[in-house]
Amino acid sequence: MISNLQKKLMNKEFVVTAECGPPRGANKRVIAEKIKLLNGHVAAVNVTDNQTAIVRMSSIAASAHLVAAGLEPVMQMVVRDRNRIAIQSDIMGAYSLGIRNILCLSGDHQKFGSQPDARNVFDIDSTNLIRTVRDMRETGCDMSGYTLDEAPAMFIGAAANPFADPFEYRVLRLAKKIEAGADFIQTQCIYNMDRFKEWIKRANDQGLTDKVYILGGVTPLRSAGMARYMKKRVAGMDIPDKVIARMEQVPKDKAALEGVQICLETIEELKGLKGVAGIHLMAIEWEEIVGTIVEQAGLKSTGLKRTEG
Amino acid sequence: MITGSQKPIQEIADLVAPYDRVLILGCGTCVKTCFAGGEDEVAVLASALRLYFKRTHKELAIDELTIERQCENEFIQEAAAKAGQNDAILSLACGAGVQALAKRFAKSPVLPGVNTTFIGIQASPGVFTEECSGCGNCGLAVFGGICPLTRCAKKLLNGPCGGSQQGKCEIDENTDCAWHLIIDRLTLLGQMDNLNVYIPPKNWATSLSGGPRKLIREDHII
Repeated sequence: MISNLQKKLMNKEFVVTAECGPPRGANKRVIAEKIKLLNGHVAAVNVTDNQTAIVRMSSIAASAHLVAAGLEPVMQMVVRDRNRIAIQSDIMGAYSLGIRNILCLSGDHQKFGSQPDARNVFDIDSTNLIRTVRDMRETGCDMSGYTLDEAPAMFIGAAANPFADPFEYRVLRLAKKIEAGADFIQTQCIYNMDRFKEWIKRANDQGLTDKVYILGGVTPLRSAGMARYMKKRVAGMDIPDKVIARMEQVPKDKAALEGVQICLETIEELKGLKGVAGIHLMAIEWEEIVGTIVEQAGLKSTGLKRTEG
Repeated sequence: MITGSQKPIQEIADLVAPYDRVLILGCGTCVKTCFAGGEDEVAVLASALRLYFKRTHKELAIDELTIERQCENEFIQEAAAKAGQNDAILSLACGAGVQALAKRFAKSPVLPGVNTTFIGIQASPGVFTEECSGCGNCGLAVFGGICPLTRCAKKLLNGPCGGSQQGKCEIDENTDCAWHLIIDRLTLLGQMDNLNVYIPPKNWATSLSGGPRKLIREDHII
């Protein structure tokens, strides 16, 4: 069974992935609700792994719930909480449960979370996580070189943040992740379109977009307060003042509408950019808006091809 | 050096309270340099404790001594007489010093008066920074002399995470992003090619993960 996301990307469709944060508890009905809101609108759904270092239902378990409901997950995995032994074991387990996509991440530092006293792991870094998953798929072996009885063959994703510093290094870092084995990239939320365009231009110039599928990250803002909070508090987030001003200029009850409008404009620009294979729509705790945005962005009918050169 | 900082006076008072005669033992090397346990700190702490116990109406005789290094038997020997005269030793050395004393003075309870923090340097007067994790397999050559294992909050070996902004780490705006420093330094040295070098997973067997370590110098064994 091949990943549906992979199939669509290979077919040059302009894809949409969404995000689903597992609950802070064992309540699987929360997952079922989110599945209901997302199913049918997107190619796959990222299931976050204790994001912002707050303890939640595991991404593997939540991803398995998605598989059971017929919605394809992209299981996120961070190297913050597992050493290489647990990582490889969890990937095998995830694959056995029908999970076919993985997003390899470092993970937010536990300082940001609800349990900052925790010890972190960081046995291997995110680049080496990518390489480990790739090697399992390509060689059929684990990190020790032992031949596995059915190696997990994951479609491998990685993150890129075009907005972090130093900017000059960001494309080089992307190249390093591709070299390690990334098949697709999901970027940090795009609000600074100028900087994103410069980044994707450099990636195009270096031929990187021929080697990897890049999905541009977008997050609809719900209020001016959320925009200010994200700019200040979320690591690696770049929200230009003019975007915040736009959110502030509308009445509070119209702010969400304005946020969706900004998001739609961003998607429209991304659709026209060479090297952008789709979008990663992260509607944080706002899954009900995903269907609307997908429809209004003209991405409802499958088969929209991505822009090429 | 090994850096440390003195424990709060209340915690130290609680540690020594069960005893009648306590020796405060300073160390004249690392902890002296970081103002945690040299001769001066021994004197100041002794005065503070005398005052504290005077206020609480408890009789506690406090003795003072500072030796060159608490991690070497040759110097520890100098404290033997006073160790015998007291009920307990409050060591102001690092954790290695505390344990070396405990090995040498089997009958004396040895109490830690300092929280050992890290292997570091005095970056500017009064400011100490962590530089080395003692991983047992130094890779500083490829990183332009800046250790990402120690100085990157996520121990990333293949470049910065997405959280660094304007040269600062995502966990704290007062902490430099180690990778930003590495990139700047390699640029300055004209060694940018190092940034393309793939660094494989770290072999942690040479670190504490491999269990307590021992360094053996055959040529010095008598």
